[in-house]
Amino acid sequence: ADVIATARWTNQRRAALSQRKEAYAYMPAVSKGDGMRGLAVFISDIRNCKSKEAEIKRINKELANIRSKFKGDKALDGYSKKKYVCKLLFIFLLGHDIDFGHMEAVNLLSSNKYTEKQIGYLFISVLVNSNSELIRLINNAIKNDLSSRNPTFMCLALHCIANVGSREMAEAFASEIPRILVAGDTMDSVKQSAALCLLRLYKTSPDLVLMGEWTSRVVHLLNDQHMGVVTAAISLITCLSQKNPDEFKTCVSLAVSRLSRIVSSASTDLQDYTYYFVPAPWLSCKLLRLLQCYPPPEDGAVKGRLVECLETILNKAQEPPKSKKVQHSNAKNAILFEAISLIIHYDSEPNLLVRACNQLGQFLQHRETNLRYLALESMCTLASSEFSHEAVKTHIETVINALKTERDVSVRQRAADLLYAMCDRSNAKQIVAEMLSYLETADYSIREEMVLKVAILAEKYAVDYSWYVDTILNLIRIAGDYVSEEVWYRVIQIVINRDDVQGYAAKTVFEALQAPACHENMVKVGGYILGEFGNLIAGDPRSSPLVQFNLLHSKFHLCSVPTRALLLSAYIKFINLFPETKATIQEVLRCDSQIRNSDVELQQRAVEYLKLSSIASTDVLATVLEEMPPFPERESSILAKLKKKKGPGAVSVPELDDKREGGELNGGGDRGPDTASTPSPSADLLGIRSAAPIGATPTSTGSLLVDVFSEAGPAAPSAAVNDDGFLRFVCKNNGVLFENQLLQIGIKSEYRQNLGRMYLFYGNKTSVQFASFTTTVSCPGELQSHILSTKPVEPLVEGGAQIQQVLNIECLTDFSEAPLLNIKFRYGGALQNLSLKLPVTINKFFQPTEMTSHDFFQRWKQLSQPQQEAQKIFKANHGMDTEVLKAKLLGLGTALLDDVDPNPENYVCAGVIQTKGQQVGCLLRLEPNGQAQMYRLTLRCSKDSVSMRLCELLAQQF
Amino acid sequence: MIKAILIFNNHGKPRLSKFYEHYSEDTEQQIIRETFHLVSKRDENVCNFLEGGMLIGGSDYRLIYRHYATLYFVFCVDSSESELGILDLIQVFVETLDKCFENVCELDLIFHVDKVHNILAEMVMGGMVLETNMNEIITQVDSQNKMEKSEQSP
Repeated sequence: ADVIATARWTNQRRAALSQRKEAYAYMPAVSKGDGMRGLAVFISDIRNCKSKEAEIKRINKELANIRSKFKGDKALDGYSKKKYVCKLLFIFLLGHDIDFGHMEAVNLLSSNKYTEKQIGYLFISVLVNSNSELIRLINNAIKNDLSSRNPTFMCLALHCIANVGSREMAEAFASEIPRILVAGDTMDSVKQSAALCLLRLYKTSPDLVLMGEWTSRVVHLLNDQHMGVVTAAISLITCLSQKNPDEFKTCVSLAVSRLSRIVSSASTDLQDYTYYFVPAPWLSCKLLRLLQCYPPPEDGAVKGRLVECLETILNKAQEPPKSKKVQHSNAKNAILFEAISLIIHYDSEPNLLVRACNQLGQFLQHRETNLRYLALESMCTLASSEFSHEAVKTHIETVINALKTERDVSVRQRAADLLYAMCDRSNAKQIVAEMLSYLETADYSIREEMVLKVAILAEKYAVDYSWYVDTILNLIRIAGDYVSEEVWYRVIQIVINRDDVQGYAAKTVFEALQAPACHENMVKVGGYILGEFGNLIAGDPRSSPLVQFNLLHSKFHLCSVPTRALLLSAYIKFINLFPETKATIQEVLRCDSQIRNSDVELQQRAVEYLKLSSIASTDVLATVLEEMPPFPERESSILAKLKKKKGPGAVSVPELDDKREGGELNGGGDRGPDTASTPSPSADLLGIRSAAPIGATPTSTGSLLVDVFSEAGPAAPSAAVNDDGFLRFVCKNNGVLFENQLLQIGIKSEYRQNLGRMYLFYGNKTSVQFASFTTTVSCPGELQSHILSTKPVEPLVEGGAQIQQVLNIECLTDFSEAPLLNIKFRYGGALQNLSLKLPVTINKFFQPTEMTSHDFFQRWKQLSQPQQEAQKIFKANHGMDTEVLKAKLLGLGTALLDDVDPNPENYVCAGVIQTKGQQVGCLLRLEPNGQAQMYRLTLRCSKDSVSMRLCELLAQQF
Repeated sequence: MIKAILIFNNHGKPRLSKFYEHYSEDTEQQIIRETFHLVSKRDENVCNFLEGGMLIGGSDYRLIYRHYATLYFVFCVDSSESELGILDLIQVFVETLDKCFENVCELDLIFHVDKVHNILAEMVMGGMVLETNMNEIITQVDSQNKMEKSEQSP
């Protein structure tokens, strides 16, 4: 077994072999071999086709031939059927659609000949068809084979179930398979197949696979004599343990003793399961994985034995190899890496953790790329353990070197991940510098992620903020294209909030802008920062106001519209900061390319700024264009972006040590330094700020401005949907849905059966008219609830006035997405755009149902399918006052049933949701736990989706 | 879990495709093409693991492959599998093919797709590993061959 194919499969040898086989073996061999000459000829024909067209032509000819054979009057014998089905398989592999032959394949299943049966099953497995008629026939054949007591046939049938794994099959066989698996007289090979077959059914239909009585016997398969049975069973047990850890926890001690027997065996003890001198590597890995489903064993003896195993595995890594073959070291290291994963998972044995770290450190410099890759990856998780973080840090030079020199991008990516994970205050400067210099040559595929990581580390570990500013400006310089808005918003937020860095930032950005070609993101940051703090460097004649202005304006014509808009705002700020630039800037604003710009936004800014600068007194100008007030501290939106990019849990983000409490309600975390959450031309950093105060708050102070921003947040064009108000209306029908500085929206609503009516009141809180006031209601996704608005609202809403709109609602079927209300209007020239979720929720269509305790529990039992139930356990958000709870549950629309639950603390409710098409019965049970301040909420409904939705809605109410 | 096992040659021609999760035929072909594109552009002697393509599930899945002369053997697996373990499994698969076909080459796979499927089925079932012992696998395959022979000579 030691002579392997790798050596033989060298290119030269292969070519020679192919020729030999082609010349001598293939064509003659098939005629005396399995005799399917027709198949071999067909395949050869295809291979000889000179063009894709010829191939398609040949295939179509063959398909027509087979079709006619299948349809022909003459009954085909098993052999011919087999031949044609083989041809179809081959055609399918070439990427052609096969839409017939399924029936013939099903017929082959009932053949008594193994070869015919086998090819029938193969066809079904490769070309699964959810055609239920066919599944019934297939199931019949499977049933026969399972009861045939012929192990070969049984295995074929089990394979088919495991491959197709449809619900129908689970229904038919889920109760049968566990019996086969644990029966004393079942052959080992059948047991193996039965274990994996059951696993597949459990994955597709967990509700149908009831392990109860089999649990202990299945766990004991870990002790089976036959290693193949253990190999198959362990996959099943691992999956079941993940889902039901308590029921299967006896597997821990069994797994430990099995592992210990393997690890301590000599390389020849396990005979065929020894792979290149390593005893049962695959099974060892799987045992170590199974143990990772559980915390460290509590039983001292078991734990001692396991620690001994892990130590043995670590020791073996230091022994000289028993073979020079790569397979030997592969197998050995596969076990080693799993052992290290388990050690990291336990995170409780400092001694083992440090040994693991040292072992990985050795691998970091191993000549095998695979090992370097895996070592970098394992170390990433090790870096977050307090016991080994310092040990990981000692490898920093090696990892930096890997980032610089690895040839394989996937390895470099792991190195970058590890640097990120091992970063702390002590090495942040070094790591950030290395990452920055790597960025200059980094692969495009990982640049964006690298940029985010650098930005996060720079902010998190910034001791002096000048370093932070340098880093981010470097980031923009090196990889400007990959710097997302979040990153440059963030640097501006921080500069605005920290006055010790403002002068430095102005100076640095001024210098960065000197470069002949600088990235547009640099211009944005430059425009913003100089507009705010240019005065701090204006004393130096080399950066006098006019020099600053000319520098910015020299970039103007190269920039996109949003950046130009931002620059115009910076210019008007200059007029305020440096009166001496007023004439020059007015000149620029006045020129045709600005004041008659074809872009409305730019033109409007030019006109307004020009006017503002000419008519406003210095005082007014100074107030309107005052320095930006500090931003409320909020969590970095960059982090959110990285998480989103990598998927939850996919990246180990270093813990943010300084928790930032975002004080505001409208989820500012996702937003930039102001309302510019979207890259819309009019939503740049200064635009809204200067627009809002002009009409509304001429005497505004700094703090008031902030309020305007955070309140007017959703007013930015195509603003994020605001759903703060939404959840407050689940259990009530009337109240104020939304309010900001400008607008208040109240609602009143009533519901009967599947119909509802909602009155919306729009109140203008300002003294200025709203123009072009329009509202639209849309139902996202499919039209699930039907909304008719009686008539559009008046386009003008006078200052202080309130207008009313009526919506008629009809619930067609159950739904989960709420309808959206979009409001647009002009206020003082600025377009306001607001999106709100209308509080139309499925529970509004409840009819309360009174019932007795007996009836309730009878229905409760009837709704016992797992999908019909939705359950949530959650912390109380409000006080657990009985009367408040009762009022909420009544507001929900259900009947609150007394004397039903044996525990008087619990609440039970019942109701029927009326939709146009159907009625959905719902039962609810809320179990408060006053001590733990927790609730358990259980819903059972006759429709699965309703249980889910109600559970989501209600879990946030109490 | 193993999500798919693909074998294709240096030109991207599929020689075996086995999906353990249901995809439409179109998607299957696209996955094969995407995987070939990802794997074939890699140098020899780089590491044998990479993140899966978009179609197969992106970075939650890993492609583990070996390149033997004219053929790529690619396993797409989720995070529950050991990378090195899968490499060994590929090796067992290839060695088994080599034993069953006596010096296996690409042509064997072309002309005996059904046999290759059968051999694979003795190792992997429904995406999970059934047997890793080569001798056991070969014993099973041999007994099938015997049955086949006996049925052909009535």
